[in-house]
Amino acid sequence: MMNFDYVRPASVAEAIGAATEPGSVYLASGTNLLDLMKGGVSRPSRLVDVTRLPGLDRVERLADGSLRIGAMVRNADLAHDPDFAKAYPAVAEALLSGASGQLRNAATVGGNLLQRTRCAYFYDVASACNRRAPGAGCDARHGENRLHAVLGWSEGCIATHPSDFCVPLVALDAVVEIEGKRGRRELSLEALHRLPGDTPERETALEPGDLIVALRLPAEARSFAAHGRYIKLRERTSYAFAVVSAAASLRIEQGRIGEARLALGGVAAKPWRARAAERLLAGASLDAAVYREAARAALADAKPSGDNAFKIELAQRIVVRALTLAAAGTPALMPALPGSPFSSVSGTRA
Amino acid sequence: MTPEINLTRDPAHLRHGSNIGQPLTRRDGVLKVKGEARYAADNHPPGMLYAVIATASIARGRVTSLDVAAARRHPGVVDVMTPSHKPQLAEDPDAKTNPFAFRMEVLQSDEVRYANQAIAVVIAETLEAATEGAALLSPRYDVAPARVGLDADESYTPPVVGLGNPAEVHHGDADAGLAAASQRIEAIYETPAQYHNAIEPHAIVAAWNGDRLSIDTPSQGMVLAQMRIGGLFGIPPGNIHIRSPFLGGGFGSKGLVAGPQILGIMAAKLVGRPVKLVLRREQMYGPVGHRPPTRQRLRIGVGSDGALTAIEHHAKVTTSSFDDFYEPAADVSHALYATPAIKTSHEALRVDSGTPLFMRAPGEATGSVALESAIDEAAFACGIDPLAFRLKNYAEVEPATGRPFSSKALRECYAKAAERFGWSRRPLAPRQMRDDAGFLVGWGMGTAIFPALMFQGNARAVIRADGTGAMETGAHDMGQGAWTALAQISADALGLDLEQVAFKSGTSDLPDAGIAGGSAHTATVGNAIHNAGAAVIAKLAGLATSDDRSPLFGAGNAGVIARQGRLHRRDDDVRSESYADILARAGLAEIDASGSGAADPAAQSQYAMHAHGAVFAEVKVDPNLGQVRVTRMVGAFAAGRIINPRLVQSQLYGGMIWGMSFALHEEAVTDRRSGRILNANLAEYHVPVNADVPPMDVITVDEHDPHVNALGIKGVGEIGITGSAGAVANAVWHATGIRVRRFPIRIEELVTGLSD
Repeated sequence: MMNFDYVRPASVAEAIGAATEPGSVYLASGTNLLDLMKGGVSRPSRLVDVTRLPGLDRVERLADGSLRIGAMVRNADLAHDPDFAKAYPAVAEALLSGASGQLRNAATVGGNLLQRTRCAYFYDVASACNRRAPGAGCDARHGENRLHAVLGWSEGCIATHPSDFCVPLVALDAVVEIEGKRGRRELSLEALHRLPGDTPERETALEPGDLIVALRLPAEARSFAAHGRYIKLRERTSYAFAVVSAAASLRIEQGRIGEARLALGGVAAKPWRARAAERLLAGASLDAAVYREAARAALADAKPSGDNAFKIELAQRIVVRALTLAAAGTPALMPALPGSPFSSVSGTRA
Repeated sequence: MTPEINLTRDPAHLRHGSNIGQPLTRRDGVLKVKGEARYAADNHPPGMLYAVIATASIARGRVTSLDVAAARRHPGVVDVMTPSHKPQLAEDPDAKTNPFAFRMEVLQSDEVRYANQAIAVVIAETLEAATEGAALLSPRYDVAPARVGLDADESYTPPVVGLGNPAEVHHGDADAGLAAASQRIEAIYETPAQYHNAIEPHAIVAAWNGDRLSIDTPSQGMVLAQMRIGGLFGIPPGNIHIRSPFLGGGFGSKGLVAGPQILGIMAAKLVGRPVKLVLRREQMYGPVGHRPPTRQRLRIGVGSDGALTAIEHHAKVTTSSFDDFYEPAADVSHALYATPAIKTSHEALRVDSGTPLFMRAPGEATGSVALESAIDEAAFACGIDPLAFRLKNYAEVEPATGRPFSSKALRECYAKAAERFGWSRRPLAPRQMRDDAGFLVGWGMGTAIFPALMFQGNARAVIRADGTGAMETGAHDMGQGAWTALAQISADALGLDLEQVAFKSGTSDLPDAGIAGGSAHTATVGNAIHNAGAAVIAKLAGLATSDDRSPLFGAGNAGVIARQGRLHRRDDDVRSESYADILARAGLAEIDASGSGAADPAAQSQYAMHAHGAVFAEVKVDPNLGQVRVTRMVGAFAAGRIINPRLVQSQLYGGMIWGMSFALHEEAVTDRRSGRILNANLAEYHVPVNADVPPMDVITVDEHDPHVNALGIKGVGEIGITGSAGAVANAVWHATGIRVRRFPIRIEELVTGLSD
């Protein structure tokens, strides 16, 4: 078999020591990593299992009103925590729109932030992929790329980031807490993932040995609880990645938008915060024309990377939809089909 | 060891008259729920090794080097089978020894014919060692440009399509019919490559003992497999014992033994130990068949009275570079709609893929979605309701041949399904309906049709001294329920209750049951069972009626009937005798007799035999985003006599879901440069998940057919796909006004045409 070391450190410090050596990677639930290893995409020499590190599986409210989520909290546990879903509805809806029930039960918050692209050429080791093998080229660029990036891509890489969870998180100014060789530091989630540029192999700002120990949602993130949605277009109702998705969270004050938070998924190599659109929306009225203008602003820099021009139009429409639904208010109950435009539809008899 | 399945009978199973027709639950259900049903890959004979195939990452060319030494050095690797190090075969694997012999890649050369083709096999003490050994081979290639897609090469007219059908069929004068039409529709439809994706991958556990071979492998045709394997290894087919009691789906991909299974047997021979070889999911995209892509052009002419004047159906399909299988997509137009002129034709090209083969409703599924879409387009062009249009053009005889139908309750199917669906309230024009939430609502329909086929099958019936019986037949349960339905027929054939019949099946040492394909297994094997039972009852009756100590003495064979373990005089029901008493007096431990089932050539030439159905679908479409959701489906089917309504309903549900999948989900995506399939996994090759499946209704319409076979069975395995894909596509059009002619229907095809 492909031999590798497996270590289960007893503390975060021990984990960092073990993971700093070349060829080491952290193993959380492995819902992505183990597939990559089986396919020969990733061939680590050492797995550092962090799932049993003490203290990383807690969700706690801090004194400043922020919420600290341990990196090893399971996606399903977080999404089904009623207090969490009430305070951060777009995040809960995004979590429940992702993967399948079985995968959500296993997957961890920290692992989800670091899942790799689903670009088929990244997974196909016989294809050229700069992300997998720097300098090899990008077979996706002129290949089967109808689902690839329309924002922030480069000639070297047109892959998208697959996470649903990260989309509302980046809109809500989530912060990751990192322990590393030089101690503890914090990074905004928006700064965690990198655009490909000339170095698509550098997917995140993490350094060797860095371990994400927690995710923090600032106190202000709760102020959008009444108007938060995540809407995701996909090619089947469950167990499919987004064609495009959008997270919209609004604070509505005296019938106008006090503040808007907006991010898109499935459009770029990172969860895409639409700040220009947010600026347009701040102080604006709750009006479809405003949403359309915001959508145009969000996609102003978009360009097709292949057979995917339709995604630019679709992304604008889903921004409008997410804003419209967010403005209408967070549903009292989590929709039966979270994230779906058909969230309320079931079969009807004629 | 022959598997024997014991019946657990709950009160729902209480017999009321005949066993046939009862909605029994699966007899193997409890075994499967408890994980006790042993599938091929569950077997681990002592000393077994693991074999893993190394596959080509190019679609065309040659392997120029393999690092065999690196693989051999890996701990646990026992041997590496390559073109230069392998057991010799007795027969060229590329020889076309019979119509069912398809060429296969079993390391006969360094040539690569398609991506995912086997180029070496690593045999090791563990699966992990074999897997890593295969990765260490680091093949190098001499690469030739891959031919991908429907325009990759020059096309030609195939010699035949399907299994020996003519590539072109003319009936009447289609050109004249089109010229005379007051409305003409011409449209081109494209369907993608699709793969069977049975949940159970192809697997084999092979063990040699001298020139005898024991194998566990999922098979839809054990005797064909014995013949193929026997020919390749130069041993008598009878020396090969195949166990195939359960299949985790087959859908045609397990009908013929495939190259990877032969490689497993070769590996066992090479190392002199039992070997297990299981395909990984991506390895199923190549050597085990697929549904090829098609481009179909329909021309339909309609007269001013709404009657068809001509159907012209032309299909372009791909086959492999090295073998011939041609999806008979246009042939579906032969039997469905009344028209004075039909012209069907096929055109083919060679691409660098594995050879396409039978995939659930081969030809019917691809042809139906194009024909049903075109009929829908024609109806709208004429301003006629799609159901009324189909009724107007209802075929009273088979259009292409003029033969009468052996039975055809399609009118009843249309009526019952339309009523259940509420079709009469459908507006003619598209984009007229919205639900309360503002989603576009569309209703579409399609006609289902599948030929009622039979192959050749045998069974052996036994009546034992204790009055119980046995029925033996090497039938195949792919999950469709053969263990249950055939046991029901067995009980009736023997005049016994189900608990009194030991039904033995699923191994190659039992009588040849033919192939489980063409929706013909229940009809073929069921009639073999029926005839075997009749033969053994006749033998028993002969014993009784010729014995003056029997109360049946003198009645003559035809003068008795078998019922619940006793023979009764027809003319005097109170005079009867038990099976056990008859055998005891004759001093016999058991008696047996054989029977066979096959189509009656006289009836086949006289009658057109088809199962029919009507499928109605409702979809909702987001008016701005273009996302589609099927919200309900109703299907009514007339398929002759129904042996087990519960199992039949499941088959039809499965077919209808597959049709929905065809319309909206399934597509194998191939890189146009490398020829590699990019979504060869269940995460990215989409089939519907539970949340995609709407509320569904299946209605079975009673149909008495005295001509198809003695039991009146037509088969239900494949018909559910036909009609359903078209119904969904037509509903999408009705919801949106956008006619998508490329399948699956993608969001980008809809979104630009929608605005709110």
